Amino acid sequence: MKNKPEHENTETASLSAPPKEAVTLHINGEAKQLEVEPWTSLLDFLRDHLNLTGTKKGCDHGQCGACTILVDGKRINSCLTLAVMKDGSEITTIEGLAKEGELHPVQQAFIDHDAFQCGYCTPGQICSTVGLINEGKAKTLDDIRDLMSGNVCRCGAYTNIVKVVQEALERSQAK
Amino acid sequence: MKNFTYTRANDVANAVDEVTSEKGSKFIAGGTNLLDLMKIQVERPSHLVDITRLALDTIEETAEGGLRLGALVTNADTAYHEEVGKRYPLLSHAILAGATAQLRNMATDGGNLLQRTRCYYFYDTDTPCNKREPGTGCSAIKGYNRDLAILGTSEHCIATHPSDMAVALAALEATVRVTGKNGERIIPLFEFHRLPGDTPNIDTNLKPDEIITAIDLPAKGFADRYTYLKLRDRASYAFALVSVAAALDIDGDTVKEARVALGGVAHKPWRIPEAEALLKGKPATRENFQKVAEAYVQGAKGYGHNDFKIELAKRAIVRALLQAKEMEARS
Repeated sequence: MKNKPEHENTETASLSAPPKEAVTLHINGEAKQLEVEPWTSLLDFLRDHLNLTGTKKGCDHGQCGACTILVDGKRINSCLTLAVMKDGSEITTIEGLAKEGELHPVQQAFIDHDAFQCGYCTPGQICSTVGLINEGKAKTLDDIRDLMSGNVCRCGAYTNIVKVVQEALERSQAK
Repeated sequence: MKNFTYTRANDVANAVDEVTSEKGSKFIAGGTNLLDLMKIQVERPSHLVDITRLALDTIEETAEGGLRLGALVTNADTAYHEEVGKRYPLLSHAILAGATAQLRNMATDGGNLLQRTRCYYFYDTDTPCNKREPGTGCSAIKGYNRDLAILGTSEHCIATHPSDMAVALAALEATVRVTGKNGERIIPLFEFHRLPGDTPNIDTNLKPDEIITAIDLPAKGFADRYTYLKLRDRASYAFALVSVAAALDIDGDTVKEARVALGGVAHKPWRIPEAEALLKGKPATRENFQKVAEAYVQGAKGYGHNDFKIELAKRAIVRALLQAKEMEARS
């Protein structure tokens, strides 16, 4: 982006910086109370304020899905929401999926099917898969491909990712 | 992102007061488009009014036999809502043809109408753009314009409106309920968005003090014969090159009523009631559908890279109407 002059009153604005907002988020079952600047994205809040760096920043524009987390059980792009707006929400990140030392079945399936290469998109892919299962709308392989299109894998591990999602879906339906 | 102050509105009146209290204020709900644009400083609000806690998040029956979609219902909850799916499958299909599961879980119905163009030059702050910086010129007209408009353009702007949902809503003759300082008013969906003219910086007829509270669907949902046909460069998570929301009410082989709205071709969902009326009382044949298609692209103008859209739009209209007739709904 070009270095055009900032908004004229940038200096004044930063001198009279707006007050921080108090936020309580229930993250992976634990209540976290913090004060944040209103422009802090939920993604930056998780990574920079809580050191939950499992959630990845890819494009920071909602295009790649690396930042996918679950808010009140639904998958969203954490880069496109503000931490302050989610006050009171239940949030699950990749760090919250394993229980009592046991990987979440979707995590285990990603390992079993070798469904990643570099691994950068994987936390988002896994959270998205858990969200997809919660939604219960995918019936066919094409549905899986369409409903996972918000998670980009630049290594191209899609073939195995689709296998994982299919297996995870079948397992959830067998229960 | 430029710094801003933040407040959370607790009712509609409070939201309207807050947004008018300071110049440069904006509402935020799903945030999927606004925050994206704020990060690249195309949008630079000084104050954000969070409306996500307003009680506008339900889908209810209207006295007229239709459905009222609260402005804050998410796109996903709307598309997957049982009554919407049953009575307005065209709308469900259109919503699910757009964005990704994550975005649809965040984006609201009101916000969907207010999303801004994805014209590359609008996003690129290094280039002139009349929509972003009025008076600087349009980089798209002589630039790369493959995705851009062929209908209703002006010498100042050839941007398209990116919504799929709005195209279905235009075909269904939905109305938008808004509240401002002077109370409530109702805007037909088709009159909600504007043509660019010489003020392409203004996307809609919503006034600065107004908030969308709901979208009303009339009783007639064309649930028996409809199609949302979206043509794009990949099968998922891409904006339309051309999309068609088509709906037919047929008695035997005779058309009683037809609806056709186009997406991806103009600054607003494109609908020509006079062209739809060409089918009234006529047999639902390919030849008659072709006449409608010709009427829809009357006056269409290509800008080089997007010339192909004129022929594509015609073929898409015919195919969508044939699919609706045969009831092969797909997106």
